Amino acid sequence: MISLLSKIGGRTIDSVWRIGSIMRFFMLVLANSGTSFSRFGLVRREIFFSGVMSLIIILVSGLFIGMVLGLQGFETLQKYGAEETMGVLVALSLLREMGPVVTALLFASRAGSAITAEIGLMKATEQLKAMDMMAVNPIARVVAPRLWAGIISMPLLAALFSAMGIFGGYLIAVLMVGIDSGVFWSNMEAAVSFRYDVLNGFVKSVVFGVAVSVIATFEGYDCTPTAEGVSAATTRTVVSSALTVLLLDLILTAFMLRGL
Amino acid sequence: MDRKTIDLWVGIFVLLGLLALGLLAFKVGNLGGEREAKLYRVEARFDNIGGLKLKAPVKSAGVLVGRVKGIHFDNIKFQAVVDLELYERYEFPKDSSASILTSGLLGEVYIGLEPGGDDKKLVTGDRIKLAQSAVVLERLIGQFMLGKASEAPAASSVTK
Amino acid sequence: MRYFLKYPLNPAETKNLVEIANVDFAYGKRAILKGISLNVPRGKVVAIMGGSGCGKTTLLRLIGGQLTPTSGTLRVDGQNVADLDQAGLYSMRRKMGMLFQFGALFSDLSVFDNVAFQLREHTNLPEKMIADLVHMKLNAVGLRGTANLMPAELSGGMARRVALARAVALDPALVLYDEPFAGLDPISLAVVGQLIRHLNDALGATSILVTHDVMESLQIVDYLYFVSEGKIVGEGTPDEIRASELPFVKQFVHGERDGPVPFHYPAQDYAKQLGLPK
Repeated sequence: MISLLSKIGGRTIDSVWRIGSIMRFFMLVLANSGTSFSRFGLVRREIFFSGVMSLIIILVSGLFIGMVLGLQGFETLQKYGAEETMGVLVALSLLREMGPVVTALLFASRAGSAITAEIGLMKATEQLKAMDMMAVNPIARVVAPRLWAGIISMPLLAALFSAMGIFGGYLIAVLMVGIDSGVFWSNMEAAVSFRYDVLNGFVKSVVFGVAVSVIATFEGYDCTPTAEGVSAATTRTVVSSALTVLLLDLILTAFMLRGL
Repeated sequence: MDRKTIDLWVGIFVLLGLLALGLLAFKVGNLGGEREAKLYRVEARFDNIGGLKLKAPVKSAGVLVGRVKGIHFDNIKFQAVVDLELYERYEFPKDSSASILTSGLLGEVYIGLEPGGDDKKLVTGDRIKLAQSAVVLERLIGQFMLGKASEAPAASSVTK
Repeated sequence: MRYFLKYPLNPAETKNLVEIANVDFAYGKRAILKGISLNVPRGKVVAIMGGSGCGKTTLLRLIGGQLTPTSGTLRVDGQNVADLDQAGLYSMRRKMGMLFQFGALFSDLSVFDNVAFQLREHTNLPEKMIADLVHMKLNAVGLRGTANLMPAELSGGMARRVALARAVALDPALVLYDEPFAGLDPISLAVVGQLIRHLNDALGATSILVTHDVMESLQIVDYLYFVSEGKIVGEGTPDEIRASELPFVKQFVHGERDGPVPFHYPAQDYAKQLGLPK
């Protein structure tokens, strides 16, 4: 019994310690971000590998989720004769929650794990040490551009996800169910507020982008420099990112609720 | 994967992303739709505002002409005081009436403005004299029950 | 340029490029190096030899400034490495080149870009001049034709040689080698050995080899140090070492099975374990 308690205590302390390490790492990367902006080509390259390469999965997922929201919503809305508000349902769900959250989860799985693996591999093959010995700061040259690329890509991907989702909802509503296109859009425009829905969703996606990017780069930089170490780190990135994003979503939503 | 190709794709990606953001903000979110108008304030007093909330629409003939800016309670006269902000380009006669209505059965609560016949127009600071309070469902049921109760004995007295 | 002014070369040039005096190093409680003192004279090739885990790679890291000694002084070109801040450390490293055990080439850059890396990061030379320098360095290691290949397409020996070209790209004053011969076939081994010697003499540099390849080292170096369990147990010129009667050196050089480094890992009595009567 005692050993179980001390084990739990030990694990908790380790987790808190780790969070502290991640924060310190984040500060370190921010401090070394000068090169990322003076040589923006480095960041551009990383935006390509994180953002552009994630486009397909984001656009397709967005479309599918929008369509599913439309289909699911239709069944319930029909009972109250409110099918015409399907656009409102789809738009609000996507802009406030699904867009930022699902995009963050997909981004963590695809781009985040790739970043962790890349940095981890460079650590395992001593490339980071070699760079350090050549008087080039590996944090500035390798880590920071990847962090900033993630922060820039996430909001853009979330917006694309939401836009595709709304289009998916439109397809279901207008082409399948037969709702009048004008009614669909006007209902949506009336119900969606820029400040509460679009802007809040954008803020969420930025916050999630920071969280996922910090976790991905940290796990790569901090991993045990062996093959198993890199593999474990990639798994940790996806899991930690998912949990962190959902937790942050809870906190942000609580703050953003109208009237609170 | 050379430099130029990467830069091209990144440029396309960023452009698409910004476009999506813009679309969401302006088309879907209706940003800038309501900002540009100038407003003037009038006041209306109700015995019961029902479910009226701040920022609720003010409509006349079904068209949005303003929004509810403030709701206060008059502790002396025990009435609800509602501040309305109307778009300057819509003028109403001084004897217009304001009613609290519900759009649809389960819809949102809004204020409907019915124009009067006065030549003089409402200006900032004026008060709308004619105000129709909200229909409270419980009162309605109560009235109905009362009506039914008073009907029955009268009918039996007639048959006697 | 700013860095050179801030940390000027020692005007009274010391005879030794690297001076290590009484250095201890420990990872937490585990002592790796105990009271190490050695000197590396300018222009010489010096080998630091010993079995695995004896602390020789740690020594290399200390010289490069990646680790700080727990006590003692370590000077490179008259400068105490532990005193340097980040900027000073980087400035010192620009005069050094290091060859890592398996090359550590940047996997996302081509051979050409790898060798050009330091030239592009630390100098403002025009691309044409950089290209010429890269080709010259690659030619010195015999791999000028691989310039457009990616590191993944190279064999182990070739990758090692490219890494060597990269290490000497800025004509450093001090070149550090971490197990340069590990895992190489006899031809590549001989080639790398000869390159180490030739480049050292051609550049007028000083080289430090950390290795356990005795035969090759004896052929190319000017001086050797033997490290065992964190201490220096022997040193000398190749001839002195070949003739040495010191137990550890003798066991190491002649590859003897038993000696100061025991064959048997400590275990209980053999007969007892097998249950045999005494």
